[in-house]
Amino acid sequence: MATEALGWWGVPLGILAGTLRGSAPFLFVSLGECLTEKSGKINLGLEGTLLMGAMSAYGVSYLTQDAVGSFWAPWLGVLAAGFAGMTLGTIHGWLAQQPRVNDVAVGIAMIIFGSGLAFFLGKPFIQPQASQLFTFEFGAWSSNPAVQSALKVSPLFLMGVAIAPIMQWFFRSTRWGLYIRAVGDSPQAALAMGISTFKVRMLSIVAGSFFAGIGGACLSLYFPGVWTERISSGQGLMAVALVIFARWSPLQCLWASLLFGGAQAIGPAFQSVGIDAYYYLFNAAPYILTLVIMVITCSPQRTLIGAPGALGKDE
Amino acid sequence: MAIAQAAAPSDWFYRWRRPLEAVALPAAALLAAIVIFGGFCAFAGANPFAVYGSIYKAAFGSWSAWQNTLIRASPLMLTALCTALPARLGLVIIGNEGALVMGGLAAVVAGLQLGTALPAPITQVAMAMAAIVAGGLWITLAGALRHYRGVNETISSLLLNYIAIALMNHLVEGPMRDAEFVTKPSSAELDPSLLIGNLPGSRIHYGLLYGLIACIIAYVLIQRTTFGFAARTAGGNIRAARIAGLPVGKLTLAVCFLGGSAAGLAGMIEVAAVQKRINASLVSNYGYAGILVAFVSRHNPLATVLVAILLGGILASGGILQRSHDLPDATVLVFQGIVFLCVLFSDSLYGRLPWFREKAAT
Repeated sequence: MATEALGWWGVPLGILAGTLRGSAPFLFVSLGECLTEKSGKINLGLEGTLLMGAMSAYGVSYLTQDAVGSFWAPWLGVLAAGFAGMTLGTIHGWLAQQPRVNDVAVGIAMIIFGSGLAFFLGKPFIQPQASQLFTFEFGAWSSNPAVQSALKVSPLFLMGVAIAPIMQWFFRSTRWGLYIRAVGDSPQAALAMGISTFKVRMLSIVAGSFFAGIGGACLSLYFPGVWTERISSGQGLMAVALVIFARWSPLQCLWASLLFGGAQAIGPAFQSVGIDAYYYLFNAAPYILTLVIMVITCSPQRTLIGAPGALGKDE
Repeated sequence: MAIAQAAAPSDWFYRWRRPLEAVALPAAALLAAIVIFGGFCAFAGANPFAVYGSIYKAAFGSWSAWQNTLIRASPLMLTALCTALPARLGLVIIGNEGALVMGGLAAVVAGLQLGTALPAPITQVAMAMAAIVAGGLWITLAGALRHYRGVNETISSLLLNYIAIALMNHLVEGPMRDAEFVTKPSSAELDPSLLIGNLPGSRIHYGLLYGLIACIIAYVLIQRTTFGFAARTAGGNIRAARIAGLPVGKLTLAVCFLGGSAAGLAGMIEVAAVQKRINASLVSNYGYAGILVAFVSRHNPLATVLVAILLGGILASGGILQRSHDLPDATVLVFQGIVFLCVLFSDSLYGRLPWFREKAAT
């Protein structure tokens, strides 16, 4: 491992590299979840969407790489991941809006269904090597291979970074953003404005699932860049907690994703300098971090600032 | 018209419409799931009728198949209680897998520490108690965070799953690792005298009885005691419960403890009857399948027994689907997902179907 040559500097460098790589899926899933929750429904099933996206992206990239070449094949994969996400989102959006159906329960069912479908369809893709997305080599100025590999940044990550402020602007300054916020805060008021709650929520959930599917593509086509059944390990669910931490603000989702990506990189970074005694405990860092953050930010007395008013209510 | 309807209530179907609806809708949901999954199998290139034939044969076709099914059903009954009991109080707990792992871990630690110093039955009871307390406290943590800090219990209990698994991996890779066992990082093996034996004349371990007894106790507790009544009241309307002076906080903690202790006991059964030591194989989705069992049985502990046996059968048939129909092992997971979605949809049909509808009073 080239990082060893850097000695202890390998740890912060490893965490930086891990942040750049590992935060992309968090970013896309949390932006998707943010969009969904703004309309007043929770989608816990994004864990399944993430897996389905990762599988579709990898599978399509592998199957089309001979036909369209190794540059465009992964982009087709990214698109396929988005569409796979939208398909699952449609099921969730329709079912979660039926009377007397709890959106949290639908989410749990969608985790089981989505991950089952991803493992089922993805079985043939576990072995073969699919074309990966290209990366920007921001580390080319350095002669150190560790720095070079750390600063390989995916265009998907940059896209996510760009989408966050755009979504912020979308919610604040556009008619459609207002519709979504109205439906999420007060369905009755939205109804009085002549907005169809069902349609707006449906579109928000489907669009959110599109983002989550692309988050899956980040996993399988960028980092770690393989398709296995253990690829997501709860990132889709952590994103739900992340949105709470980010107070339903897309821009804060960006900072929170970077924090979570960094927390995830702690274990591997220490392992790369030869400390692996607590490898598994360090790997639990993102989960513990999420829990601690939720304990700090939540309160039993009042609803959270920024929380959509109709979130978690049956209306 | 009014006269015709006044005569209708004497009709037996009308009088029994509520219980009939409660049985017919889940059954119809199951049937719908079977049809959809059949279509899915056909799409995947397998003959659906042959697939269902194999599932039936592998799950309930013979005594040997029944034994396989019941071995899998016993942890499912217990992990399902981990979701079903808090659900009666309006909490959605999905930390079943984590509580199972903590229970298994505590049981192995107790079993290895006590060894053969004490008579085996006493050590077994100690192992079971350790598992119950560990699993119970694990879920109580989620309940306490909910009550005192307002943290969403679904997300926190799910995060606790990953933390429990990481803790177990850390212990079996490090401090608890048995260096002589090279196949995969594991703890040392439990002394054979500490293992849970089998029911006479079968391969089914006594864990099945633990599961049955736990479900019956849970049913009596929820449906027939003041404690259960208080919990159901708080689940129905938490503000009304507070005004009535019910100790909502204590109820939350107690119900979470009971649910977690059931899943912890499932962990103890798995290590003391099936695995004999603790390693990553303990994480085998019994927790997540337990969530499905709880929702399909509509959080009724007696229905849980039946649904757990049904799902145990489906799990037991996973291997045969792979061998004789060339379907991946995830097929069972897809089936579970379809069943779950159909059952949730059937929930929205209560009171909406014309046959079960209340007739006008006049």
